[in-house]
Amino acid sequence: MKNINELTYLAKNSRITRRDFMAKASALGVTAAVASTVWAGSAKAAPKKGGKFRYGASHGNTTDTLDPGTFNNGGIIHQGFGMRNHLSEVDNDGSLVPDLAEGWEASDDASEWVFTLRKGVEFHNGKTLDANDVIASMNHHRGKDTKSAAKPLLAPVTELRADGKNKVVFKLAGGSADFPYTVSDYHLAIMPADKEGKVDWRSGVGTGGYIKQSFEPGVRATYKRNPNYFKAGRAHFDEVEFLTITDVVARTTALSTGEVDAMSRCDLKTVHLLKRRKGVKVEEVTGTLHYTIPMHTDVAPFDNNDVRLALKYAIDREALLQIILKGHGVVGNDHPISTANRYHAGDLPQRKYDLDKAKFHLKKAGLSSLSVNLSAADAAFVGAVDAAVLYKEQAAKAGININVVREPSDGYWSNVWLKKPWSMVYWGGRPTEDMMFSQSLAEGADWNESHFSHKRFNELLVKARAELDEAKRRAMYVEMQTIVNQVGGTVVPLFANYVFAMSDKVHHDPKMAGNWDMDGDKAMERWWFG
Amino acid sequence: MSMIGKLVAQRLALGLLTLFVVSLIIFLCVELLPGNLAQEILGQAATPETVAAFNRELGLDLPPHERYIAWLLDMTKGDFGRSLASQREISELLGMRVQNTFFLATLAAVIAIPLAVTLGILAALYRDSWYDRIVNVVTLTSISFPEFFVAYILIIVLAVNLGIFPSISNISEDLGFWEKVYRSALPALTLTLVVVAHMMRMTRAAIINLLASPYIEMARLKGLKPGRIILKHALPNALAPIINVVVLNLAYLVVGVVLVEVVFVYPGLGQLFVDSVSKRDIPVVQACSLIFAMTYVLLNLLADVLSIMSNPRLLHPR
Repeated sequence: MKNINELTYLAKNSRITRRDFMAKASALGVTAAVASTVWAGSAKAAPKKGGKFRYGASHGNTTDTLDPGTFNNGGIIHQGFGMRNHLSEVDNDGSLVPDLAEGWEASDDASEWVFTLRKGVEFHNGKTLDANDVIASMNHHRGKDTKSAAKPLLAPVTELRADGKNKVVFKLAGGSADFPYTVSDYHLAIMPADKEGKVDWRSGVGTGGYIKQSFEPGVRATYKRNPNYFKAGRAHFDEVEFLTITDVVARTTALSTGEVDAMSRCDLKTVHLLKRRKGVKVEEVTGTLHYTIPMHTDVAPFDNNDVRLALKYAIDREALLQIILKGHGVVGNDHPISTANRYHAGDLPQRKYDLDKAKFHLKKAGLSSLSVNLSAADAAFVGAVDAAVLYKEQAAKAGININVVREPSDGYWSNVWLKKPWSMVYWGGRPTEDMMFSQSLAEGADWNESHFSHKRFNELLVKARAELDEAKRRAMYVEMQTIVNQVGGTVVPLFANYVFAMSDKVHHDPKMAGNWDMDGDKAMERWWFG
Repeated sequence: MSMIGKLVAQRLALGLLTLFVVSLIIFLCVELLPGNLAQEILGQAATPETVAAFNRELGLDLPPHERYIAWLLDMTKGDFGRSLASQREISELLGMRVQNTFFLATLAAVIAIPLAVTLGILAALYRDSWYDRIVNVVTLTSISFPEFFVAYILIIVLAVNLGIFPSISNISEDLGFWEKVYRSALPALTLTLVVVAHMMRMTRAAIINLLASPYIEMARLKGLKPGRIILKHALPNALAPIINVVVLNLAYLVVGVVLVEVVFVYPGLGQLFVDSVSKRDIPVVQACSLIFAMTYVLLNLLADVLSIMSNPRLLHPR
C-alpha cells in the first residue's frame, strides 16, 4: 500500500472494508479522525449485500461445458468469472489489478515473470490454493493434446515451475511487458489440481465468489455466494440465477416484466423504446469489440497498397455506424486499437469517406475500375451481410465493383475466414496492444488475417513488447497504428458498443469495464442491489 | 382383435426399419454439413493442432462408416452414448427435456382437442350462421400467422400489459405441478391457437359431409333434434377423419415446437436439437431425431388403430 490516494481509490471502488481501511490508514500515519472522514467521503455508494440476481444472457448453448479451454460465448464466460479467479484481473476502470496473485515481478528483459500467490485462499471444496494448482491450470492449455482455444496465448511460455508453495515462475521465449495481462484471459482460470497434476474442470470448483448449485447448459444455472470469498467488496448477491435467453424479444420482455434483473445485448433497433420503460435502465460501454474486413495483402489485386487505400476511402463509416449499429459505437480508423486501450493513437487523422481520394489511388494503381469479391455471412457479426451490401453501394460511386458473396454461417470461421482473400470478421478485442497486434497482424501469426508482413512493424512489435518505459512504448505503439492505417490490409470500419440493460434496483460502479460485455462479464461479481 | 394385434406387430416392425433409415439419413446429412464439432466449438479460435487434438480425443478422426456402425451397435444395446460436446450421458441430457416437451404437448392437447371438436360440432350444427363464420375467421387467422407472431401478441397482452402470466417459461425440476402449468400457460395457449383451426375445420367438414346422407335425412324426418342427430348419428361415423387429424396435430405438438420454445425460453427438445445440429454433435442429433421419428410412427399407428376400432365395418370384416 503506497499512499493514501491508492487507499482512497480502493475505498471508492469498494475494494476494501472499513476496518481494513482504518487499519491501513493508521499504518500510513493518518489519524483515525482524518481516516474516518476520508472513508465517509469516498465510500458513499457502499454496495449492499443480499438478494437474488437473475441474469438473462444472450449467449449460451446446450453444448457448453465448464472446461474454460472451450469457452466460446459470453454466457459461459460470465459464469466462469463467477466461479473462478485468475492470476490477474482487468478492473472495471481498465487497469490490471492483482487477483489470485498478490503481485508479480519481471526480470529486466521481461522474459521471466514471477507471480506470488495470495496466501490462504480456499477453493470451494476446502482445498488451499498453491503453486501446483496454478501450474496444472496453465498446463491444461499447453502441450500436444490440449483442446484449448488459449493454446496460442501460452505458446511463448517455454518453462513453467513452482518456486516454493506460493510462487510460480513463467519463462518466456522473448520479453513481454504485458504478460500479466495475458494471464487475466478468461480461458486461464485457476482450478484445483489432482495428484497427477490434472485440473478438475467438471465440478466447477474454483476460488470464485459464487459456488455452483446447479448447471443445465444453455438453460439455467444457479449459484450461491461463497462465504469465504477472499476479495473484499465483491460478490454482493446472495444468490445468482443464470438464464440463457437467446431470443432478443424474449429477453427484453423478460426484463420489462421483471422476470430477470439484467440482460445482455439489447436490440439496437428498439433500445430507444426500452429506455422509456419505467424501472429499466440501459447502459452502454465502448470497448475493444470491433469489426474488420481483412484483405490478403499477398493476393492480387490487394497486393497493391493503392488498391487497399482506394478500398479504405470508399467505405462510408458514418453511414454504417448509423445503419448497422444505430449509432451505438464509434468509427474505426483502419487499425485494431480501441479508445479503451492504453496507447490508442488519438492524433492519427480519422480516415473519411472520400470518393476523390479513392479514385485517385485507383488511378495510381493503374486501374480505371476494379472488381473484387467480398465474402460475408452473419456469423461474422450481426448485420455483416447488410454492411457488405452497403459497402458495395458506397464503393460503386468510386468505380469499384464489390461483388458480395454470401457464405454459409456454418463453418464460416474454418472455411471462409483466413481462406477467402477478402471477408467480414469480428474481433472480441484484446486488453493490450501487444496481444491484439501479435494475434492479428504479426508475421507468422495463425490469425494474421491480412497476411500482413511489414518489417518495421514486426521489429517494433518485439521491441515494444519488452519495453518497460511507458513513453517509449507509447511512441512505438502509435507508430505501429500509423503503419497499419497507412499500408495495412485491413479495413476497420466500426467499433461496436456493448449495450445492456438492467432493472433500476441494480447498481454498479460509475465506470464499467470495456473488455467484455456486461461490465467485463463480471456483473455477477461486481454489481449489487441498491 | 387378433387382426389388430397383427397390424400393430407389423407396423412396429416397419417402424423399426423407418427408424434405422432415419438415423442413416440424419447421420449422412450432418456429415455433409460444412465444419465439424471441433471447428464449431472453437470457432474463430480454431487452429489445426487444437482441432486435431479434439478429433483424436473424440474419435472424430475415424472414417464415417466406422463411427456410424459403432453408434448403431451401442444403440442396439439400448445405449444412447454420450454427447460429444459435453461428454454427458445422452439419456441424462434428454430425460428432463423429453418430459418437458411431452408436458407442454399434453397441456396444449388437453386445451386444444376438446375446444376444437366442440367448436367444430357447433359450427356444423349452426352452419352458415354468424357463429360459424366468426369461428372460421378467428381460427383461420390464428393459424395463418407465424407461431412466433401469435406468441409475441400473447406476451404483449397477457404478460406485459395485463401481467397475468410470466413472459418466459422458467421451468425447473423442483417446481410443483400447478406452478409448472402456470409457467407453461403462454406457450400452451400459443400452440392451441396454432392447431385448433385444422382440427376444428376437419370436424366441421366431416360432420357436414354426413349430413347429406340418407340415414341423417331419415333421422331428421323422424323429427329428432339437430343436436341429437349430430352427436348420436353423425359424429360416430365422422370419427375416423377427426381422429386422423387430431393425432397428426398431436405429433406436431411434439416435434414442431422449436420456435415456440425459443420465444418462451422453454427448455424442451427443440432447443437441444438446434444447438446440437449447429455444433455437429451427432449422437445427440441422432437421439433427438429418433425420438421425433418414434413419436410420428407411434402416433400414426395409434391413429390407424383408433380409426379401425371406431369403424365396425373394418373391425369385423366379412
